[in-house]
Amino acid sequence: MSTATMTAPTEKKSHSLALKAGLLLVGIHIFMGLLTLVWLPYDPTAMAGGRLEGPSLLHLLGTDRLGRDLFTQMMIGSRIALIVGIGAVAIGAVIGVTLGLLAAFASKWLDDALAATLDILIAFPTLLIAMLVVAASDTANLWSAIIALGIALSAIVARLTRILAKRVLVMDYITAARTSGSSWPKIVAIHILPNIWPTLSVNFALQFGLAVIAEASLSYLGLGAPPPNASWGRILQEAQGTVYTAPLGAIAPGIALVSLAIGVNLLADGLRDTIDPTRRAR
Amino acid sequence: MVLFVRLRLLPGDPANALLGVGATEQQIAAARAQVGSDQPLYVQFVSFIGNLARLDLGTSFVSRASVLGEIGSRMSVTLPLTFFGFVVALVLAIPLGILAAVRSNKWYGAAISVISQLGIAIPVFWVGILLVTLFSINLRWLPSGGFPLKGWANFGEAITGMILPSLTIGLVMGASLLRYVRAATLDVLGSDFLRTARALGASFPEALIRHGVRNGAVPVISILGIELASTFLGAVVIERVFSLPGLGSMLLLAIQQRDYPNVQGVLFISTLLVLLIGFAADIAQRLIDPRLRSRGRAFA
Repeated sequence: MSTATMTAPTEKKSHSLALKAGLLLVGIHIFMGLLTLVWLPYDPTAMAGGRLEGPSLLHLLGTDRLGRDLFTQMMIGSRIALIVGIGAVAIGAVIGVTLGLLAAFASKWLDDALAATLDILIAFPTLLIAMLVVAASDTANLWSAIIALGIALSAIVARLTRILAKRVLVMDYITAARTSGSSWPKIVAIHILPNIWPTLSVNFALQFGLAVIAEASLSYLGLGAPPPNASWGRILQEAQGTVYTAPLGAIAPGIALVSLAIGVNLLADGLRDTIDPTRRAR
Repeated sequence: MVLFVRLRLLPGDPANALLGVGATEQQIAAARAQVGSDQPLYVQFVSFIGNLARLDLGTSFVSRASVLGEIGSRMSVTLPLTFFGFVVALVLAIPLGILAAVRSNKWYGAAISVISQLGIAIPVFWVGILLVTLFSINLRWLPSGGFPLKGWANFGEAITGMILPSLTIGLVMGASLLRYVRAATLDVLGSDFLRTARALGASFPEALIRHGVRNGAVPVISILGIELASTFLGAVVIERVFSLPGLGSMLLLAIQQRDYPNVQGVLFISTLLVLLIGFAADIAQRLIDPRLRSRGRAFA
């Protein structure tokens, strides 16, 4: 990343701006999420005040229709969103990178079959695949949502990995490594993964945003984690009925969602510009 | 086929979904015989494929209604919804995208680009909720959701029920489409053929319309196909926000009730539509760009 300092001053400025804004937005959510582990303003499940109270010093964002403190719920929402994003991307990365590498190495026939399957899977939105996987697990909980999203994301990762790995595989240094007696697993570890990692990691940041929004949609549809988990999607769904009397309940979770998603996207943009020298010229 | 395998891999017997908790062994066995889940998997599979070939999607485990019939009536909500949303997206994205590219050095060009960035970060259901808050609750112009029981026979109510959901889809889809239109226009603006056309005396708008549109449209159309397909499938969430009786709410209910024939039916029909849309986009690209015709498949 230190290579970024070598670019022209104006370029560097706009890159670091996106990176900084992204870091700030994501940082707020990470701080909130970590804070919930040690401190919460109120017990998230208890009635902390009257029903549907407006914002006050006691309740920064007011209370929901059961009298629970909305700010407390929002903080827990940050934690859940981060867990979902990290978990889903990790699962998607492990499955996707493995499949993608296999496809890149496979025979022509197998590779074509895998590529066609991935294309069809990608044509379906992440959310729809996740819905089916959630439907498969008998009890809906946070983990079933994370696994579902991870599986849904893995198709996108696999396709990208396959393309990137194929591009590296035709390089002369791979042939050189082969002739000098390196085994395929060793080539993957030493040559392929380090080469495709920068592009993949930018993509993971984008997928993180996708996963967070998809989880909110799942919770909104009632297929996400059950009640004690205050996911932003569930807060939104509960607040939709009372939007006239307590609009904040429907607005705050949306802003939280958008800020986290934009934060990771900015982070991805900043990272891409820092990592990929060919884009710096623009 | 993939659908069949994927659905049967799900744990949980649909027979259990038919009965309440505490059903006797005999009841369970009878329910299994009725839905066919007592048969070995390959028997279920063969009958599934056989029926598919005859376009018989079976009957719902829960309501006993014909799956195809229900899909048909639900399509009358989802298809217009997707179509109107798509039209709104096009009307927004194409002029604004071109404007954002041509005037990228002006403040409004830059502002359009920034706003379009929101498109990928905003959850579509939140846009829906905000629009409802604004137009139904504060301004009281439009209904917050629902669809007349009589369907399109009650035309006026059906149309007003469609406006907000279509607008929601159109705004979100338009924002992401705008980025591609802008990128395609920027590519065209930097191209040699546009400079040549200008050098030959064509005015800037003239050159852009005669040469730019055709060249810029090709990448945009492939994105359009993908967006249209995902809008159609993403209708699940929008239909929930506005409580519309479309294909999406059918799928959601069927998943919750483990009503396999309905889930399979909806997925089969939507896969078919997604493939058709992709095919149509492919053909449209070839019609516009003769260079693609000789090259075989458009996307490798």
